[in-house]
Amino acid sequence: MKKLEKDRLSAFLQQIGEEMPLFVPVQKEEGAVFTRWSPEVTPQLGAVRTVRSPKDLFFPQCEALYTLKTEQGKLQIAPQKRAEEPFAVFGMRGCDARALQVLDQVFLTEPVDTFYKARRENGVLLTLACRRPDTACFCTVFQNDPADPLGDVCLVEGDTCFFLMAKTEKGQAFLDRFASFLTPCEEPDENACRKEQANIRAIAARLPLRDLSLEGWGPGQTDARFSDPRWDTLSKNCLGCGTCTFVCPVCQCYDLHDYDTGHGVIHYRCWDSCMYEDFTRMSAGNNRPTRMQRYRQRFMHKLVYGPENNNGMYGCVGCGRCVVKCPSSLHIVQVLRKMRKEEEHAKL
Amino acid sequence: MPSCNEPLIPQVGVITAITEQTPDVRTFRIEKPEGGKLFLHQPGQCAMIGVPGAGEAMFSITSSPTQEDYQEFSIKRCGSLTDVLHALEPGDCVTVRGPYGNAFPVDTALKGKNLLFIAGGIGLAPLRSVIRYAMDRREEYGTIQIVYGARSKEDLVDLAEIETMWKNQPDVHVYLTIDRPQEGWDGHVGFVPDYVRELPVDLSQTVLVCGPPIMIKFVLAALTDLGYRKDQVYTTLELRMKCGIGKCGRCNIGGKYVCKDGPVFRCDEIGELPDEY
Repeated sequence: MKKLEKDRLSAFLQQIGEEMPLFVPVQKEEGAVFTRWSPEVTPQLGAVRTVRSPKDLFFPQCEALYTLKTEQGKLQIAPQKRAEEPFAVFGMRGCDARALQVLDQVFLTEPVDTFYKARRENGVLLTLACRRPDTACFCTVFQNDPADPLGDVCLVEGDTCFFLMAKTEKGQAFLDRFASFLTPCEEPDENACRKEQANIRAIAARLPLRDLSLEGWGPGQTDARFSDPRWDTLSKNCLGCGTCTFVCPVCQCYDLHDYDTGHGVIHYRCWDSCMYEDFTRMSAGNNRPTRMQRYRQRFMHKLVYGPENNNGMYGCVGCGRCVVKCPSSLHIVQVLRKMRKEEEHAKL
Repeated sequence: MPSCNEPLIPQVGVITAITEQTPDVRTFRIEKPEGGKLFLHQPGQCAMIGVPGAGEAMFSITSSPTQEDYQEFSIKRCGSLTDVLHALEPGDCVTVRGPYGNAFPVDTALKGKNLLFIAGGIGLAPLRSVIRYAMDRREEYGTIQIVYGARSKEDLVDLAEIETMWKNQPDVHVYLTIDRPQEGWDGHVGFVPDYVRELPVDLSQTVLVCGPPIMIKFVLAALTDLGYRKDQVYTTLELRMKCGIGKCGRCNIGGKYVCKDGPVFRCDEIGELPDEY
């Protein structure tokens, strides 16, 4: 374990930011947003939840995959270059780091998504334990420990310093590279770090959403869950706006499109949402024409189908973004609460 | 799996021939620009065909793997991309990536079996790949019975090939039907599921069904009534697809992705999927 005195944080970030692209949460009008570091920005490390997760840095909302051009009557395909430059994300939360592990299950299994893979290999995750998890947080329900986040390097904030622990080889190499800013930890430091972590766990144990139950969800629950009449009741007031899918750090659905620039065609990928009516529409028809079906699909994917395909990993990490953003309050917490297995269907 | 390491990056294909099959179905022969097949495939597999600027869509490969020089796609004009495809001419380029999905088990479960093919309309396209494969390796399969129907005589895809080639093969029986009586048609008239009920039943057959969803539904009911088990019947599912590799989320039914785990499903496997296809 190493420590970084808080008064050296700026210099530490500056050194990283000068050597590679560095992304930190920065307070904007809409909330904290991951932003490319520059000497002018002030990191906002107090915000427990950025407006969007740093998913964009690995799976951008929009990215070109290749361009098409016709030259001398011949169609040419020019693939977009993969990311080659190392970059760092500082201040990421454990829930968002776990979300990347879920995305890894999707994008890094055969056939591998080489665009995602290149960014994952080049990105270093410096995650920050959540000193103040809030009332919308429920990461512990999905086996996260807010006091000991996943990532390449995990940071725990103390009163005067940050404690840093390398969790991967990549993380260790990163700490070695910037070792001049760090000091070794003595036993009192380790005790102080453990105390901070205990405080965080104590807060997490009191959070209102801590006792959500996943009983009756997970692999093999399709038959038990698919025909539940409570999907109808729950989805009735869903606006189908798709906000939940766009703020979700795990949602992975995407679209592929051509854009004609006038000088050629850019084939690009962009995020899409299973909550939209045209998501599954084709000329032969639409297999999910109703809002209930789309609503059900989203949660069945996160809670049943996803775990079936991704070694049991749920498609939710309890970050609370949808809880905060859903205009109708029909987020996953409602699903887990109102569709509790032991409750009679009629009680809703 | 796609033949290149980049599953989302297509190859350039050249259309080398177009056959007008029906008023709204054309068969496109596609090869590499320098000639030859773009990739190897198995009967039942699909590929993404794109027209620059218009987008991509998944189509079943209608030619047999035993056709060594090119791939063929029979495509019905029924949407924005297929409109553009139908306006193309021999010599025009398209993008092709694939092959995607699983295949009919021609070298395992189907081998040595008597085969019953049941197709409606453009549903013949994926089955033709298997039919031609079985005809080219005739000694590896038992009897072949083909029931094929369309709205009218003009809507029967591959009719010329059926009349001049399929019907002349040893131990191959072809039963054609059209939905309504028509001048110049002295064959059977009626819907495919009803015709299936009228024909001689051979419960030793392995059945391959493809066509519009409504036809598949009634054919499966007819087969069950006739005594065929669900595990001897194969069909294909068709859902909206974008990536073709089980990642974009579109063709997801239950824990399955039709693009990756399908399009071919044995009917007892389909019964295990949530009813949303």
